[in-house]
Amino acid sequence: MQKVKEKLMRTVFLICACVSILAVVLICVYLFATGVPAMKEIGFTDFLFGQKWKPSSGYFGIFPMIIGSILVTGIAVVVGVPAGILCAVFMAHYCPAWLYRFVKPAVNLLAGIPSIVYGFFGLMVIVPFMKNLFGGSGKSLLTAGILLGIMILPTVIKTTEASLNAVPKSYYEGSLALGATHERSVFFASLPAAKSGILAAIILGVGRAIGETMAVVMVAGNQTILPESITSGIRTMTSNIVMEMGYATGLHQEALIATAVVLFVFILIINLCFSALKRRKD
Amino acid sequence: MTDTADNSVMKAENSAPENYINRVSFTARLKQYARSPLSLILMILVMLSALFAVGMLVFIIIYILVNGIPHLSAEQFSWEYTTENVSMLPAIINTLLMTAMTLLLAVPVGIFAAVYLVEYAKRGSKLVKVIRVATETLSGIPSIVFGLFGFLMFNIQLKWQYSILAGVITLSMMILPLIIRTTEEALLAVPDSYREGSFGLGAGKMRTVFRVILPTAVPGIMSGVILAIGRIVGESAALIFTSGTGHNIPKALIGSGSSASTLTVHMYILSNEGLHTNEAFASAVVLLGLTFIINLISDMVERHIAKKKG
Repeated sequence: MQKVKEKLMRTVFLICACVSILAVVLICVYLFATGVPAMKEIGFTDFLFGQKWKPSSGYFGIFPMIIGSILVTGIAVVVGVPAGILCAVFMAHYCPAWLYRFVKPAVNLLAGIPSIVYGFFGLMVIVPFMKNLFGGSGKSLLTAGILLGIMILPTVIKTTEASLNAVPKSYYEGSLALGATHERSVFFASLPAAKSGILAAIILGVGRAIGETMAVVMVAGNQTILPESITSGIRTMTSNIVMEMGYATGLHQEALIATAVVLFVFILIINLCFSALKRRKD
Repeated sequence: MTDTADNSVMKAENSAPENYINRVSFTARLKQYARSPLSLILMILVMLSALFAVGMLVFIIIYILVNGIPHLSAEQFSWEYTTENVSMLPAIINTLLMTAMTLLLAVPVGIFAAVYLVEYAKRGSKLVKVIRVATETLSGIPSIVFGLFGFLMFNIQLKWQYSILAGVITLSMMILPLIIRTTEEALLAVPDSYREGSFGLGAGKMRTVFRVILPTAVPGIMSGVILAIGRIVGESAALIFTSGTGHNIPKALIGSGSSASTLTVHMYILSNEGLHTNEAFASAVVLLGLTFIINLISDMVERHIAKKKG
């Protein structure tokens, strides 16, 4: 009896462990089974490199959206990564303990704020600001990039701080002993040693930025044309899905699913980079 | 920034070993900066970045609170949603419902999966590798892709329409990797002597897992659950097309009348229409409050774990 019970529980545990495999397989099947035939029907090059997205007249080119996602993510990285790394340096090497008690929860809170609140904040504060500065609607590539930069800050800060703390203290001490200043020791001895952790932080930030939806859709303007400048409106792959999925039918709906497939492939590549990096570290 | 010397004394008191080493008086530090302008620039950049990050948070919070609190009227908390009062109370209740149901579904599965991975699986087995790859992939998928999948599978294929259950299952898949990972860490932190002791007293594997290992790992598992709650409460993209935008408390799990918008979705609709900006601010205040409480509890649990370790 006891043996049967043990066996049974073991099987239950095993089944639960396999649920995540099932989930990934289901997601892949649903997306690829509809998305890939749709791509074929539209034509791979027409779909991936077509510059016109007009579902009503049968044009399904997501090139502007792919570029949109990449550009927005790029700006987010430019805004968020340096600030995030420097902030992590502050927390690991400058922050006195009494201040750390406030800064650490602050970063956690920044990570916990829902993206819809960020989006709303962007809409109410950054958009009018950009409107005053550059004219136009204020909803633009730059606006979305800056907002995403703020949103990836906590991700970058946390990962970088963890990897900085993992650097042996002796690096820093040795550098001090050689007469370097505190800053030189931190930036030229400790920071390079945390290189792979920082790279991981950047990859995680990119992953978060490229997958972000609600905040971007509120501030990016969502025009389906290639942006002329940094202040033109833009649509990302994620916002394309969220904007049109509600009413799309037929090939239009399938084209949106195909957009998700492209997004999924992007994320897979990012994940691969991340795990390759982790493996190299081990 | 001006009293660096003071700070280093403070740091030293808190007994972080690094700070004993570089205790430099303020004037000595100034001299150093005079000799090495690069250091000065780097120091200023670091301070500015930290100020930027913390300042941004403070700005967002104050901005939302100042604009939102005046609009937290009683009307906003009436039981029934109408287009006039745009009450958020049903959305708050929906959020709680959604959170509870998602946890009910995902937490046991996640814990059991972690138990298998840590306690049962043979090291380096093929299956474990596949499970790990699957979990990692799952944790990287953007929420909109989850939402799209949920929409295709539950709402269209299974004809559930916009329903709370579709949202719950979609969210469960989303938080599963988080639960598995944190539980795994918590299980690995349980000393082997506990297992050996239990086996030595004649307990079977199952009894050891349920009576010895899991109870010891509870705080670690809790911290994962709290993180998951944070994600559920903050999620919107995965829910818009699964649980939909029904404004009131759902009457069924699936089918008509089962659509339920959580507070984030409610806020998205309000801010998208552009007619109810004030009410959107009010919802943002409540969302911030929820986030704050979740973070507070999370901190408490973390501190509890740290105390136990130390």
